[in-house]
Formats: sequence, structure tokens, C-alpha cells
Amino acid sequence: MTAPLLAISGLTKAYPGVVANDSVSFEIAGGEVHALLGENGAGKSTLVKMIYGLVKPDSGTMTLHGAPFAPGEPRAARAAGVAMVFQHFSLFDALSVAENIALGMESPPPLRDLSRRIRDVSETYGLPLDPHRTVGALSAGERQRVEILRCLLQNPRLLIMDEPTSVLTPQEVTILFQTLRKLAAEGVSILYISHKLEEIRALCDRATILRQGRNVATCNPRETTAREMAQLMVGASLDVTARPARQLGATALDITGLSLASPNRFGTALKNLHFTLAEGEILGIGGVAGNGQDELLAALSGELRSAPGAIRLKGRPVGALGPAPRRRLGLLTAPEERLGHAAAPDMSLTENALMTGAEREKLLARGFIRWPAAQDFAERIITRFDVRTPGPGTAARALSGGNLQKFVIGREVLQRPEVLVVNQPTWGVDAAAAVAIRQALLDLAADGAAILCISQDLDELMEIADRFGALNEGRLSDIRPTHALTLQEIGLMMGGAHGMEVAHA
Amino acid sequence: MMDLSSISPILLLASIMAASTPILLAAIGELVVERAGVLNLGVEGMMITGAICGFAIAVNTGSPALGFLVAALGGAGLSLLFALLTQVALANQVASGLALTLFGLGLSALLGQGYVGIKPPPTPRLDIPVLGDIPFLGPVLFSHDLMVYLALALVTAVWAGLKYSRAGLVLRAVGENHDAAHALGYKVVRVRVLAIAFGGACAGLGGAYLSLVRVPQWTEGMTAGAGWIALALVVFASWKAGRVLLGAWLFGGVSVLQLNLQAAGVALPVEYLSMSPYLITILVLVIMSADRSRAPASLARIFHASQ
Repeated sequence: MTAPLLAISGLTKAYPGVVANDSVSFEIAGGEVHALLGENGAGKSTLVKMIYGLVKPDSGTMTLHGAPFAPGEPRAARAAGVAMVFQHFSLFDALSVAENIALGMESPPPLRDLSRRIRDVSETYGLPLDPHRTVGALSAGERQRVEILRCLLQNPRLLIMDEPTSVLTPQEVTILFQTLRKLAAEGVSILYISHKLEEIRALCDRATILRQGRNVATCNPRETTAREMAQLMVGASLDVTARPARQLGATALDITGLSLASPNRFGTALKNLHFTLAEGEILGIGGVAGNGQDELLAALSGELRSAPGAIRLKGRPVGALGPAPRRRLGLLTAPEERLGHAAAPDMSLTENALMTGAEREKLLARGFIRWPAAQDFAERIITRFDVRTPGPGTAARALSGGNLQKFVIGREVLQRPEVLVVNQPTWGVDAAAAVAIRQALLDLAADGAAILCISQDLDELMEIADRFGALNEGRLSDIRPTHALTLQEIGLMMGGAHGMEVAHA
Repeated sequence: MMDLSSISPILLLASIMAASTPILLAAIGELVVERAGVLNLGVEGMMITGAICGFAIAVNTGSPALGFLVAALGGAGLSLLFALLTQVALANQVASGLALTLFGLGLSALLGQGYVGIKPPPTPRLDIPVLGDIPFLGPVLFSHDLMVYLALALVTAVWAGLKYSRAGLVLRAVGENHDAAHALGYKVVRVRVLAIAFGGACAGLGGAYLSLVRVPQWTEGMTAGAGWIALALVVFASWKAGRVLLGAWLFGGVSVLQLNLQAAGVALPVEYLSMSPYLITILVLVIMSADRSRAPASLARIFHASQ
């Protein structure tokens, strides 16, 4: 390894009420793949935003190639050879691939030349892409390729990747890693942010671990176990979920030939879905985002209506019913988007509890709200699920992602559902809260409820689900018991590498 | 008595070009504003402010050209008030736009008190030598004043600028996803303020064209809803410059035709004829906008560069 490419010393950034980074120091060598590890809220995003010039540090210095480096804006960082792939893609849906890439470049060539260069570079690195397609119509994996190509076309010295694998199939991850190793071999340094420890062990040369804004350790991930790294991240030993024995009962939910068009222009239609779900069973539905997960949740919650017989709850056709009657019958749902779908951001927790719990918790009397009962229900959720908040009068928006997620899941669990459908129950939630949420789902199933868990986190599904199926372009794969599945098989069920095999054949 | 033969097709077509110019100018400006993700409902107010600014300056200096220039400045100046409210103070765009229209109507009435009943200096026609002498095409296409051609040039420039230029791409990006544009280092607020000022200048020009050429005199509230039609035109034209031109011509065409029909004594109540341009334009554009095009995704959303 050579002299450090980027050296960071004593970088500090405080926001009102929280110190996001507290004198963070580390170095990245040329050609090194360096991992930045930490829980949500540990300060990883703020740190990379400072390197990329989006945020100005309060104090501390950076040097790049031995020269002082203090980018005032992303343009300056890009000019210095720093490129970044964002966690939430910074793409423009209505524009073409080439236009999106041109927007990330300082002085892009005319579109025709650019299209040719996109083709060249995408073939060199095994990332096939058509420059003229509209980004809104691309899969998540393809969108990430757009972001990576946008960076590669600028010949970066340092490539920052913020949680790049969260939306990819295992095969796509493999291809991404090949690309990254090839770049590192060419001397490009990579700062790789993730909380997936096995990936970091497979890819990275060194890891810097952040906890509550400070760097608490540097280690060689190849010689450190995932468990040791997790404990460094959390700062305490981690609980693991306990899996109580469960008895499978009668069929609770029966889906037969469910086909639905998506209400969304860039959505995916559901194509002839069949599956059953027994009492006491947890069925995991995996798949890359945008393959029909949102539509499946909407079809089950009643936001989208289908043929009455396509969805049967304990033998009773409910496909044509709306959300409220389905709730009355015991089919409850918790959607993925916390703010705006599962909860109304500017309303209090009591009001949010009331919105789905009114019917089953008897919070209404002759059309009037029983406020004391509603507040009592909200308080029960807060106590049972350890939601950290000043009280039930707090607005949903004021809660952290993990706490709001515990509230949203708890709200449904406490209503004693017959069937519970959850989408991404632990997305963007810290490890301790994720364990608590999974445990709640396992306990609920042990009490005889049927649970459908839609998630992109395969580890999560392997941990809690009895059977697994994958959604791919709106079609459901065969459903198989989880204990006999390998990662390779799961990847194939998820649709492989979305057309990437050709480039690597 | 009805006498359709009194309507001359050449004069009719020639006057369409002129009749459509005010809303064409206002609409092409608003199109740029909306493509940048800002909804400015103050078009009517900016138009009428431009109308009185242009009228007053033209009357006082005797120069219509100077009048048009100041009309553009007046419209842009008023729009900067909107920019201050929505881009700096982060006020709601719909409420601010409505307030701007009401403010513009009141301000123009105040400014125009001494100008009622005066005739402005005439705006010369460009009688293009050879082309203007071609039979039929000459009078229809080549014997208008400079503003008609300027409006057409502006439409072409906006179309080409949005489609081919770097600045146009950045503007569309800002309107499509302002958070992503900010993350890439583009100055969202600066782009939007410039777009708003451009929209204001265009609306001002459109208003001055009404008071200096079309009518030509000053009366209170003389824009009579032209700004609202321009706004509707942008939406129903699916934010496309070419369709805005088509819609403006259609509106101008039906307006001129219904006036001719009124003059010819068609046996239809005048009210029906007067509402026909609005009805027909919106109907046609609704049918055309039934394709897959959609509004800029960040339209009317407030941008705040947090973090």
C-alpha cells in the first residue's frame, strides 16, 4: 500500500442538539477499499458529506494527495477526484440515462459522444446500460449502475459508496464487488459505507468503526469476526432473537390468481400470484425493490381492490373489500414508508394510534372519538414496544426512524391480528430495535397469527421466516422452506443478476 | 342579418398571429418557471403590471420599444417579489401567486390613473420588402410588428434551450428532483429565481403587447383573464413549448373568429361566442394531454437545503 490518498484528522460537525461527528480521524491509502462502519445515526453520512463538500466541518482538516483539502461544494470535490454514489439515488426519473450522467459531470461532451463513452465504460466494467432509456423505467440495480458510471466517467481517485448493496440481488452484489476490485487494482481508493458485515469482510482492506459520532476502532475486517465488529458498532453485546416453537394451524390467508395493474406509472403489475399462509406461520417474501412489493402490500391491505375470490381470509372472499372492513375481519398491514403511509407525520402518536386502531380497539363511540381510550392505547404501544418518546402527544415526525417503526409495528401487533402483513419492518432501523421488532413478529406468530413479511433484507427473512418466496417483475417464485435454501438458490429465485450474465459470460 | 362573406380569410389569419402573442409570451415564460419546479399563479398580475409600465413609458417617451423594455423590467421586478416570498422566505407558492395577482391588479390601477383614454404611440409594422409582397402568405406571415416575431423566436429558443443546452438540462433537473440536483451541487434557488424573473419579464411583455398594440389603450383590468389562460395553457400543453404555441394560436384564432362572427351578426347569443375561445382551447388541449407526459416532479414543492 502506498502513501495515504486522503487523511482526515479531528473532523467535527455539530447540529443543534446533536454532535454528528466528534473529532474523527483516519486515513485512506491509494488503491485501498476502506470500510466505514456504524449504526444508523453514528455519523457516517455526515462524514462523507463533508468529504464530498455538501457539508462544511466545524473544525478539523483533510488532506488529499498531501495537499490541504476543503471542498466548499461538490463541484470542487469532483474536480479534486472525489466521486460519490448516494444511498438514496440522486437520479432524475424523467430524464434519460445520458442526461443523468451529464448532470454529474463538470463539462460533459455532446450527448452523442457521451452515449458512446457510456457504452465503452459500461462494457469495460461489466455494467451494461442503454444511454437513451428513461431512468424512471430502470430497476434498482440498473439505477445504481447509472450512478456508478456517472462517477467512473470522471476518472475519480476516491470513490465513495453509501450502502450500495441494500437494493441488489446477491448476484448483482458479486458483480459490483468484481467492478470495485478491478477499480482498486487500477489504483482507485474506495470508501465503502455499509452495515452488512459479511460484505465488508469479503471486500475491504481496512475498516473504521464509528459510534455516536466518534471513531472507536480501526480493524482489519478479514481478521475480525462479524460478531466482534457488530459489538464495536453497538458498544455492547447484541441480543439475538429467540424463536419459540410454533404450531401451524389452518389456512388463514389464501391468495389465488391475484393479478393487478399498478396504479403508479413506474410501478410493477402483479401477475397471477398464488400462495397460502397458515396460522402460526411466517412467510417471507424477498426480492429487489420495485418488483411488486408495494403493490402486493396495497392489494392485501385493501388500498387496491381485486376480484373478491383472489384473496380469501379464513375462507371468506375479501378481495373487493376496502381497508376498514378487512381490519375488522383481522387482516392488518404495516406499510414500508413510515412517514406518510404508515403514519401521518404531523399528527400525534395518539392520533396515529387511532387511525388504524379505532375499529378493533373500540376507540369510537357513536362516531365520536374516545380520546382517553385512544391515549391509553398509544401509551400501551409505547410501553410494550419501548418507543423512546416524551409521550403520546409527540408528533410522529419527531421520532427517530427506529422508534417510529417500533410504534407502527406495535400498533398493529397489539390489535391481535389474525393475519399481519408487514413491508420492510426493519428498514433503516438500528440493530437493537430491529431485534426487538423481529422478536415481536416471532412472538405474534407463536400466538397463532399468520404473518407475511415482505423484506429486502435476506438475513432477516432467513432468521424469522418458515418459508420463502421471491417477487420478480410482479411474479412470485415457488415458495420453499427456508431451512433448506442456499444463498445461490435465493439469488436465482430473485431473478438472478437482471441481464448482467451476458456481460460476464 | 348574417353575412359571412364579410369575413376575409387573409385578414383573419393575419390577426391570429397578433391575437395570440400576449398569451404566447406569458405562457412561454410560465413554462420555463414551471419546468424549474415553481408554480407562479401571479401571471395575471405580472401581465397587467407590464401593461401599465409599458403604456406609461411609451406615452411619456414616445418610444414603444422603450415601453416594451420597461414592461419586461416591471414584470420581472414584480416576479422577484414572488421569488423573495417563495424561495427565500419559503412561503406557499399557491398563496403567494394569488396574492401577487391581486397586488398586480391593484398596483396597475393605481399607476394607470392618469392614463385612461390616452392613445399610445403606434408600434410600427415590419413590412418586410420582398416576402411581404407574396400574395396571401405575405400579409399573413410577413407584415407584423417585431414583437410577434420576437415571441416566436422566444418559443423556439425555449424549446431548443430546454432540449439541447446544458442550462436547460440543469433547469429541468432542478424541476424534476431538487434534492438530487442540490446533492450534485447545483444552485437550486439561484436557478429558480432566474426562471421566475424570466417568467415575469415574459408576462410583462405580453401585457404590454395588449396595451400598446392589441387594444391599444389603457383600461383598468384590461388583461381580463389572459394570464389565467396562459397558466392553463402551460398545464394542458403538458409543459411542452411546441404545444404552448399551438394552444396560443388556437385561442387567438377562435377569439378573432368569434369577434368576426359577432360582427357578421351570427344568430347566437354573444355570451356563447365570447366563451368559445376558452372552451375550445381547453377542450383541444385536454384531449392532446391525454398522453403519458406529466408535470415536473418537484412542481410547487418547497425546497430547503437542510443538512
